[in-house]
Amino acid sequence: MIFGTHTKYRVFKDSLARRIMLGLTVFSLLLAVIVGLSLYFKSSSILHEHSLWSLLSGSSWRPFKGEFGFYPFIMGTLWVTAISIFIALPLCILTSIFLSEYAHPYIKKIVFPLIDILAGIPPVVYGVWGILVVVPFISEKLAPHFVEFSSGYSVLAGGIVLAIMIMPLIISILIEIFAAIPKELRDASLSLGATNWQTVKFVVLRKSLPGIVAAIVLAVSRAFGETIAVLMVCGNMSAVPKSVFDSGYPLPALIANNYGEMMSLPLYDSALMLAALILFVIILIFNAASRIILTRIERRFAL
Amino acid sequence: MNTRLLKSENIIASSMNNGKDVFLLEEGAEAQVRTLLLQKTKLDLTAPHISVKNLNVHLQKKHVLKDVNLDIPNKAITCIIGPSGCGKTTLLKTFNRLLEQSVDVKIDGHVFVDGEDIHDKNVEIINIRKKMGLLSQRPCPLPMSIFDNIAYGPRIHGNRNMKELSRLVENYLKAAGLWDEVKDRLHSPANRLSIGQQQRLCLARGLAVEPEIILGDEATSALDPISSKKIEELFVELKRDYSIILVTHTLRQARRIADYVVFMYLGEVIEAGSADEIFNNPQKELTREYISGAFS
Amino acid sequence: MRKFEERFFKVLMILATIIILGSLFMILVAVVKRGLPAMSWDMVTKIPSGGFYLGKEGGLLNAIVGSLYLVLGSTVLGLIIAIPVVIYINVYLPKKSFLADITRLSADVLFGIPSIVYGAFGFSLMVYFGLKTSLFGGIIAVALLITPILIRSMDEVARLVPKDLKDAALSLGATRYEIIRVVLKQISPGITTAILLSIGRAIGDAASVLFTAGYTDSIPTSLSQPVATLPLAIFFQLSSPIQEVQDRAYAAALILTLIVLALSLAARFYSSKFSKNKI
Repeated sequence: MIFGTHTKYRVFKDSLARRIMLGLTVFSLLLAVIVGLSLYFKSSSILHEHSLWSLLSGSSWRPFKGEFGFYPFIMGTLWVTAISIFIALPLCILTSIFLSEYAHPYIKKIVFPLIDILAGIPPVVYGVWGILVVVPFISEKLAPHFVEFSSGYSVLAGGIVLAIMIMPLIISILIEIFAAIPKELRDASLSLGATNWQTVKFVVLRKSLPGIVAAIVLAVSRAFGETIAVLMVCGNMSAVPKSVFDSGYPLPALIANNYGEMMSLPLYDSALMLAALILFVIILIFNAASRIILTRIERRFAL
Repeated sequence: MNTRLLKSENIIASSMNNGKDVFLLEEGAEAQVRTLLLQKTKLDLTAPHISVKNLNVHLQKKHVLKDVNLDIPNKAITCIIGPSGCGKTTLLKTFNRLLEQSVDVKIDGHVFVDGEDIHDKNVEIINIRKKMGLLSQRPCPLPMSIFDNIAYGPRIHGNRNMKELSRLVENYLKAAGLWDEVKDRLHSPANRLSIGQQQRLCLARGLAVEPEIILGDEATSALDPISSKKIEELFVELKRDYSIILVTHTLRQARRIADYVVFMYLGEVIEAGSADEIFNNPQKELTREYISGAFS
Repeated sequence: MRKFEERFFKVLMILATIIILGSLFMILVAVVKRGLPAMSWDMVTKIPSGGFYLGKEGGLLNAIVGSLYLVLGSTVLGLIIAIPVVIYINVYLPKKSFLADITRLSADVLFGIPSIVYGAFGFSLMVYFGLKTSLFGGIIAVALLITPILIRSMDEVARLVPKDLKDAALSLGATRYEIIRVVLKQISPGITTAILLSIGRAIGDAASVLFTAGYTDSIPTSLSQPVATLPLAIFFQLSSPIQEVQDRAYAAALILTLIVLALSLAARFYSSKFSKNKI
């Protein structure tokens, strides 16, 4: 029975492949857990020494004296993120509305690839641009109107660079959300005599509010984690910034800048891993929340 | 019936059965064979090819097939008719166990093919499927060349001999009446064919795994009239060697080619019988109304 | 009044679009303006001499080749994980499956995890296994970074494979393992796009390789040697006080930008769909 054994062989191959693939799928699912746990174990030694609260609220960062206050870095991250969202969001909403509601298909055909390119530019190149253009602009043109002196390496520079980096992400999500709104709703509004803008204002924007929130959350989490570009233009001084022209020191930059030397000091290593863990947890929660909202929206309109 | 004709018939029959011989019909004989075959087959229900016993199917908690009991005659065309949503396609997909690919399916009851319960634990699902060729509503060529489409089945079932494969491909393309149209471009992608040609390709592909049964799920509904006529003619020729089960909701098609008709309504088999009985003397009021076009 | 509002916002929208596109051109112009004068044949054919941080002579070959090695390795590794996952959730699992849904969600979430976290995780793995910064370590970290991208963008096309196609192959008696070939063939343009996208991400990312791949002046000859990469060539050399070294950084920025541009155009060539998973 050659045929019989051949069939058995094929069925065996099928079930073997199924098991291997199931294993890899479960592995990909567990990856987040593995990353989280290993960061947690690495940072546990500093959590034994200090309470989480004292670490988060402490403002003094002197690793060689055993002082690990994350407060300036958390504030640095928040400043940069807030500035970038503040700049990016209005521009992105306007552009997305323009592209999805007003623009001629021909314009879309040109603009979409350009936004794709913007999305593809590596962070380090954004950093180069920041150093070449944004930093001098701030220190020479902008800052003198407001403060006595700024090197230009500031949370504002970081915010501007970051704003442009997160724009493609926001735009692409917003366009998808706007596209998901049924045409009938717009037609209904237009046939009542509303102008295009009124339709956008009262129908499109209102209907896509949850989606916009999800897009913002996703953008915030992206901004939180961005490292190199921000690191290159932010100044990296471990003090809480008092104005947008002050230097800041976001968490990712802290990790990136100090990795080389931390090995000599176990607690230092642990502190940086805690910084990574904080980033990881916040971003994980933000991401999961916004993705769940976005999938819900997709499903609701798909029906 | 002259001897020449008989011989050609035998050649067709043998080639269909083992797929090894290349059959060549003499000029003029083909037409005669066709008229001969067009006569309705005598039904023999003492040894049904497929036998369904108390089949109940729930799809996502909905009861889509209710207590179906049915015998499908051997080597004849069975048409399953009924309004859309009555469970025709579900029944068809139960036969080759494709239904199990869907989500949340519960199947109770028995389906016997050649006396073997297809849901038995010891039955290998791929052997069940190999017994049945499926033609779906829209032709679905695999993303490969015409040749590879036909050879796909034999290949996965272990035939690697290139010479033999070429012969099989030619053989079954001929059986599906497609050979003359594609013989010069066997290695071009199958999706460049017209939709009617694609459907015949799918038929040839199904025949190439040497099934006993052909399942058609509204196999002509996406085709133009000429292509669908060709397919119908092919079915009529093929019933010499295969049991053919067609789901259709064009009554006229069933009238033209069916030997045996099953009428389904809301998941139940209302009536089943020879084409003559169902179309000319239905026993149930519902069947009568459907046949007369009171609803569709 | 309504007309004024309509027009006002339309102008505002066009302005916003121009600002965003303008910033793209500003970036490109800045990179080209500083990078082009620094470019020379030596830049792409020689490794730096006298140390990448202080030596005035030599070019970027170490970083170019290093980036290629790294991208090649991580893409292969990423595909080895991503293709089976995508096949499993699209071929083996039914259409509405909880496991498939959470796999997709988890890929989405992993995709959002910043590369610095993958770098830190990769580094702690290496410490655990006693490895030093090396090509191997870099490949692992970058593979972690791009696997979610590969999964999500391939999944997007694999989901569109018609059920009829799978049913057609299954009804010929194929096992699910045997229909994988059919499905892969059907989505091959999508796989190409996914690979191009992930290469773009892999080649440009600095934070994941910062502690895992290290940096070196030479071209590695084995997986256990450290490797230079273009993003780090920019990052490190830009902070050098020496003009010639800084020039190398700008040249590297230009090269990297050109590579990424080419990849982006190629990806667009293969798929003209505007999709969230590209970004």
